[in-house]
Amino acid sequence: MELKTKVHAEEGKHDLTITREFDLPVELLFRAYAEPELIEQWMGNKVLKFEAKKYGGWHFEKKDDKGNIVFEADGVIHEFLPNQKITRTFEMYNTPFGVQLEITAFEKLTDETSKVNMHVIYESAEQRDLVLKLPFAQGINWAHNRIQELLSKLK
Amino acid sequence: MNLRRDVFQAIADPTRRAILLLVASQSLTAGAIAANFDTARPTVSKHLQILTECELLKQEQSGREVHYHINAKKMKAIADFIEPFRQMWDDRFNKLETLMKEFKSKK
Repeated sequence: MELKTKVHAEEGKHDLTITREFDLPVELLFRAYAEPELIEQWMGNKVLKFEAKKYGGWHFEKKDDKGNIVFEADGVIHEFLPNQKITRTFEMYNTPFGVQLEITAFEKLTDETSKVNMHVIYESAEQRDLVLKLPFAQGINWAHNRIQELLSKLK
Repeated sequence: MNLRRDVFQAIADPTRRAILLLVASQSLTAGAIAANFDTARPTVSKHLQILTECELLKQEQSGREVHYHINAKKMKAIADFIEPFRQMWDDRFNKLETLMKEFKSKK
């Protein structure tokens, strides 16, 4: 019954938090956020640019089978403290969502477990709610893409 | 674990539905809630635990007693739009965890 990933979003506010506990040492958890080849695997995006340092930039994209870009986002890293914290901006291309500030804190629970706490701040409550509603539409596309991938492998 | 399924499961149980109805009008202690049922106290406690874990109920400490009340905002929020977003992040984090466990064992 325990929910591993928790989202806390109060009505009318322009921020939210996402928390999750992992059966991973904090060092391993942080590596998943710090190395492009690992980011690509769990986020499902191509990493075009990733400068893991203060004032560094990042740029991700995702293409469908036909090579059309279905997701593109970039931002600037404001703080990069290994095993502790990443502060960055995030902006998705061709959307009305504006820019968001993401403060991701990493916490060691035991030698083998850790926790992530993301605090995401949007420009307005309306923009936050738009982002929250996004997976409804996106989920359908993603499922569709997965079916296509599976079918193309069967050919 | 799928929250939406859990919430539906929580509401599908007649005792839990009755608890939600009871608490909807006023916040009550576990004892006061249990007094309304023939069911054994530990069973009622289990139901309260499930409802609290689903965040349909909220616990509030007042002195030595814990009162339960309905988390209406959360219920509405879940129904409205938080769940698909949460599910999306849960899927991502599950992938991360699997990936890094494999990564660790390869070392």
